[in-house]
Amino acid sequence: MTTELKQKEEVKPELTSAEHPATKYLREERLPHIWCSGCGLGSAVTSLTNAYEKLEIPIDDIGVVSGIGCTGRAAGYFETDSYHTTHGRAIPFATGLKLSNPEMNVTVFSGDGDLFAIGGNHFIHAARRNVDMTVICVNNYNFGMTGGQFGPTTPQGATATTSPYGNYEDPFNLPDLAASAGAIYVARWTSVHARRIQQAMEEALSKRGFSFVEILSPCPTGYGRKNDLGEGIDELKSYQDRTVIKHGSDPGDAEIERDPEAEIVVGKFVEDDRPTYCDVADDYLQGQ
Amino acid sequence: MSNGNKEVLTGHQVVANAMRQVEPDVVAAYPITPQSEIVEYFSQYVADGKVDSEVITVESEHSAMSACVGSAAAGARTMTATASQGLALMMEIVYIAASMRTPIVMAVANRALSGPINIHCDHSDSMAARDSGVIQLYGEDAQEAYEFTLMAQRLAESEDVLLPVMVTLDGFTLTHTAQVAELLPDRAVSDFVGEYDARYPLLDVENPTTQGPFDMPDYYFEHKLQQVDAMDNVPDRFLQVQEEFNDLSGGSYDGLFETYKMDDADYAVIILGSTAGTAKVVVDELREEGKKVGLLKPWLFRPFPAEEIKDVLLDKEAVAVLDRSLSFGSSGPLYLEVSSALSGEDTKPRLYNYTYGLGGRDIKEDQIAEVFEDLENPDLEDKMRYIGARQ
Ligand SMILES: Cc1ncc(C[n+]2csc(CCOP(=O)(O)OP(=O)(O)O)c2C)c(N)n1
Ligand code: SF4
Ligand SMILES: [Mg+2]
Repeated sequence: MTTELKQKEEVKPELTSAEHPATKYLREERLPHIWCSGCGLGSAVTSLTNAYEKLEIPIDDIGVVSGIGCTGRAAGYFETDSYHTTHGRAIPFATGLKLSNPEMNVTVFSGDGDLFAIGGNHFIHAARRNVDMTVICVNNYNFGMTGGQFGPTTPQGATATTSPYGNYEDPFNLPDLAASAGAIYVARWTSVHARRIQQAMEEALSKRGFSFVEILSPCPTGYGRKNDLGEGIDELKSYQDRTVIKHGSDPGDAEIERDPEAEIVVGKFVEDDRPTYCDVADDYLQGQ
Repeated sequence: MSNGNKEVLTGHQVVANAMRQVEPDVVAAYPITPQSEIVEYFSQYVADGKVDSEVITVESEHSAMSACVGSAAAGARTMTATASQGLALMMEIVYIAASMRTPIVMAVANRALSGPINIHCDHSDSMAARDSGVIQLYGEDAQEAYEFTLMAQRLAESEDVLLPVMVTLDGFTLTHTAQVAELLPDRAVSDFVGEYDARYPLLDVENPTTQGPFDMPDYYFEHKLQQVDAMDNVPDRFLQVQEEFNDLSGGSYDGLFETYKMDDADYAVIILGSTAGTAKVVVDELREEGKKVGLLKPWLFRPFPAEEIKDVLLDKEAVAVLDRSLSFGSSGPLYLEVSSALSGEDTKPRLYNYTYGLGGRDIKEDQIAEVFEDLENPDLEDKMRYIGARQ
């Protein structure tokens, strides 16, 4: 072995030893992830690992649950306790998890189709009961994984594989739905607001009760290219231009229109407190 | 087939075209791999004005089948398509569709059931529906999937049947591959399927009916027997529909299953779906070596043509049933049917069960050739064998 080579070997460990701050929360052996370039999912996951790190939540106390979809794949990448449930059932699974282990910090990380089409019923009931969990919805306005069909959050007029000349259905306004169903924390940000997302996640994770964070996120493959939004980066730029931060505003005014000029309201809509499902159940049963 | 057009089409496209030609009043569905493109193509046809149907992509398969039952009960011709978890979620309403005698035609792009989650082909999804009261047809290739979808419409709507029909095609192997297929002219198909005239449509306000009410022990049993009768009518009706279809297409359907080089065969395999195509190649090769081998491929799995299959198998030396799904704690679903068909016979072939292709595991020609080789051994132990699985 030449001296030169030896020297190289000696410096190598130093170069590779710096650990990425997110690494401890992720299953490195599962990487690289399956997501397309320009997809907003990677940065959403980073915001979540950063939030866990910042709050210093021990990895053993975290449970990440997701349903099926591109977003749903996230559960498989977390080094925490994680579960990839069936399509739509992340929230009832998470409810069971929380009830059996009330100390666990339960995060549901899933897509708009998973949480609001096939799983919509579970969302409103968990919010109504105020089950202590944080639900993070990556809203990319379509069923990304199955090839870009329209779903419950697709803006009117938007093109999808099942609406080749535009979707004529009325979409959900997710912050409004969450607030009216009883969520005690409701915020919306976009993939361009990396720090704000992290902050919202920290707040949501710290709240006791049903908290909800919506992230508007580019899906260039399924949605962007059919709707002339360009690459992922172009969609981010449009969020920079279109979003208006209005903390505490009426979530009823937070509808999203397809018009690329139309304003999108982001911010924290609700921050409230009320007894959680477990609190109420304990109190009630003790009184009997 | 003479009067149609030969085209290179995927399984998705042929089924979507069959649906376009049938022109249902309503299609309700929810996307799932490997089915999604069927409804995507169909939505495109609707949007382009090529077919006058209402498509609603609802919020889940449970809702899709519920919407289908509502639409069919109203008297509308109704179709849907799904796969795997989607069919599993539909299941509650598949039973309702059958017992409420709604002639809904549905395509199932076969895919393994979770867990673990898997998107590739096996028959665990459609086999889970085998007791639901739905008629089941299994296609070997795109052409059969197309033709069965058309025939299914007539079969479902036959007066003495009135049951939902499931047309299955192997996920990816048939749905996503392009094959040469021949479509009939649109006009010929609309003449063949005709107008649907529902017997007791809910929307017939002159003759109001109540559908789906509570059934007590004093009548529930008899209502189930009506379903039994309807199923019993299927084989004859299917043969009749085949005959009419042959007149139209120049085809040669004449049975509830296909036999391939079975007449003088000593050894046979029984296979559903696309793998039968692979088995045909193996049969040809072994025949060239002078081996007397053959294949039986059921088209109709529900109702199961037990008598007819028994007649073909009785004089064979040994038969292998290849199942592409498990019935945990028992033998494979197809094997159970064949075994029960042969029970009670004194002289019958040795019968063996193999499981293959779970979760999309490939099965190759030499593996099927090995099965034929096994059959030649008169002392072959009777136990389940798992083709190509690490054990
Ligand atoms: C019961 C059932 N139906 C359908 C599917 C197919 N499916 C998988 S993911 C998905 C949509 C996911 O959309 P979304 O939650 O928005 O996630 P994205 O891929 O957009 O991140 C669908 C319909 C399934 N897996 N299970
Ligand atoms: S299809 Fe869309 S959501 Fe899925 S990984 Fe690609 S860009 Fe992301
Ligand atoms: Mg989505």
